[in-house]
Amino acid sequence: MLGSSPDAPLLETRNLTRILPGVVPVTLVEDVNLQIGRSEFVAITGPSGSGKSSLLYLLGLLDRPTRGEVLINGHPTHARSRVELADLRLEQIGFVFQFHFLLPEFTALENVMVPMQKLARLSKRDQKQRATDLLANFGLGDLLNRRPAQLSGGQRQRVAVARALANAPPLILADEPTGSLDSHATEQVFQTLKDIVSTKDTTIISVTHDMDIATRMHRRIHLVDGRIDYDRSQTDPVPA
Amino acid sequence: MLQFKIAATHIRSRLRQTIVSTLGVALGVGFSIAMAALMEGSQRDFVDTLINAIPHVEIQDEKRVATVQPASRVYDATAIHGLRPLEDLRGIRNPTEALVSLREWVPGNMAQSLSGQAVLRYSGQDLGVTIVGVVPDRQLQVSQIAEDMRQGRFLDLASTANGLVIGDTAANRLGAALGDMITLTSAAGLSKRFKVVGLFHTGVTASDEGLAYAPLKATQILLEKPNIINRITIRLATIDDANDVAARAERQLGYKAVSWIEANEGLMEAFTIRNIIMYTVVGAILLVAGFGIFNIISTIVHEKARDIAILKSLGFRETDMQMIFAIEGLVIGLFGAVAGSALGYALSRYMATIEFEYSVGAEVTQMPIFISPIHYLIAAALALLSSGIAGYLPARRAAQLNPVDIIRGAT
Repeated sequence: MLGSSPDAPLLETRNLTRILPGVVPVTLVEDVNLQIGRSEFVAITGPSGSGKSSLLYLLGLLDRPTRGEVLINGHPTHARSRVELADLRLEQIGFVFQFHFLLPEFTALENVMVPMQKLARLSKRDQKQRATDLLANFGLGDLLNRRPAQLSGGQRQRVAVARALANAPPLILADEPTGSLDSHATEQVFQTLKDIVSTKDTTIISVTHDMDIATRMHRRIHLVDGRIDYDRSQTDPVPA
Repeated sequence: MLQFKIAATHIRSRLRQTIVSTLGVALGVGFSIAMAALMEGSQRDFVDTLINAIPHVEIQDEKRVATVQPASRVYDATAIHGLRPLEDLRGIRNPTEALVSLREWVPGNMAQSLSGQAVLRYSGQDLGVTIVGVVPDRQLQVSQIAEDMRQGRFLDLASTANGLVIGDTAANRLGAALGDMITLTSAAGLSKRFKVVGLFHTGVTASDEGLAYAPLKATQILLEKPNIINRITIRLATIDDANDVAARAERQLGYKAVSWIEANEGLMEAFTIRNIIMYTVVGAILLVAGFGIFNIISTIVHEKARDIAILKSLGFRETDMQMIFAIEGLVIGLFGAVAGSALGYALSRYMATIEFEYSVGAEVTQMPIFISPIHYLIAAALALLSSGIAGYLPARRAAQLNPVDIIRGAT
């Protein structure tokens, strides 16, 4: 879909702005300029209503900017059709949300296989093997045939992370992935995300309110009123 | 296919409502098929009865356009008034030659006859009838009169010079019975005695009371029309040829030839209108069933908004989402059409066994049912169309849902 340009950042935004139209237009994101490379572990923080999730949806091509643009591997995306954007999401981006959003009628294994079945790049057998391996890597090897309702919150979220990784995308976008979890499950999911960054050459951008989590990531982008307040690397990025 | 699998899970998640919707379609299809079978059955039954009762083609001693008068042929005038028109002699001229020429190509049987008005007189009672002079064996080849005979034989007309076959109603009114001598008086006042050799009952009162058959020769004498006939009746092997045969016979002989279709044009139009009404009702029934499908799929779309959002975030296209919900509509329509076809068949078979009497003493009759694959195809096609549209509308809405709105709403 998109050729990888070695010099281009994985993700780049130029004057990215999103304004909700209405009698009183609401600015969600304003003039955000970012460059994010491969294998980065980025936290997006900020107070409620600062535009964190809105920025994430723009980066994930789920929403279209009012102004500015998003580039993936150096390729602009703003002129692309909805079909092309859907195909880009399928191949290049994985999503993890605060709520797992697993398909309730499907088992853990089937949920992870859904993106692979849609992409249809692997044979059915290989799809099943890859989904099994991913779930096993996240400690869910014996829960393959459980449905979401039969899993704990942390387990469901790890299934959602496995699903995000199904097509081996270079970019994972997570919207408060630990927001609905207790501290133990939060730590499990964080470790899972951290392992992905370190072992799978994958960039993770995660919105979080959890300062403990945010301070343990490579880079922190802080938003206030839709603008970048600061964007800095952290000295001790991923403590064990 | 993944879309089928997702559609199947949606249907299973709303199994009870899906079954109800499917039953709605099935009932619509089933009753439509049964109604169509009854409608077409009754139409065919009626037409068959009609066809048996009347000639397929009747050549009459009339012309569609009045004969051109001699004055008009002689004078090149725009209009001529005040002249007494030349009287045309009634009857088909050269009947033997006409019959021979028709027999060369007409695919069926034919019989000549002479009919006219007369009065039956018996024991002081008078009854006006149409007397039809026939050649009995030929007449039997073009009509069902033999099957309608209640007493005597129609062929006895051939062996009795002044034989007469009348309807049982006429006989009852006159108090006459088989073997009685009845006086027939023509419109010109000529009287002749005939012997009743048969009684028939067609079930059509006008015939049973007002029709009498006599040998052709005797009738020609009574009506003072020697060697004249005024009808040639044709019974075809294939009734659909009637219009063509009538047109060719009319061109050939110059006399008006009327097919059964032309003679019953109004009735055929009434059947067409009835069929239009029937299929409109069928369409309305299936439209109502379509509302049921629309309702259930709209509910599923509403309930599965999160799934739609997540599938779109995973990279599913709008057409994928449309396909999922359209499949759900079509599956309901398909199952409904299959179940409805079975129901329609069962209903049709059951209705065919129902027996009833038109009136006391009448023979027991069964409901006329005609089972045709066309009815099943039309009902199934309408059901699929209805369910396809009913599924497509919410499917289109599902495809257009903005995943960001749903995710924000959920979080």
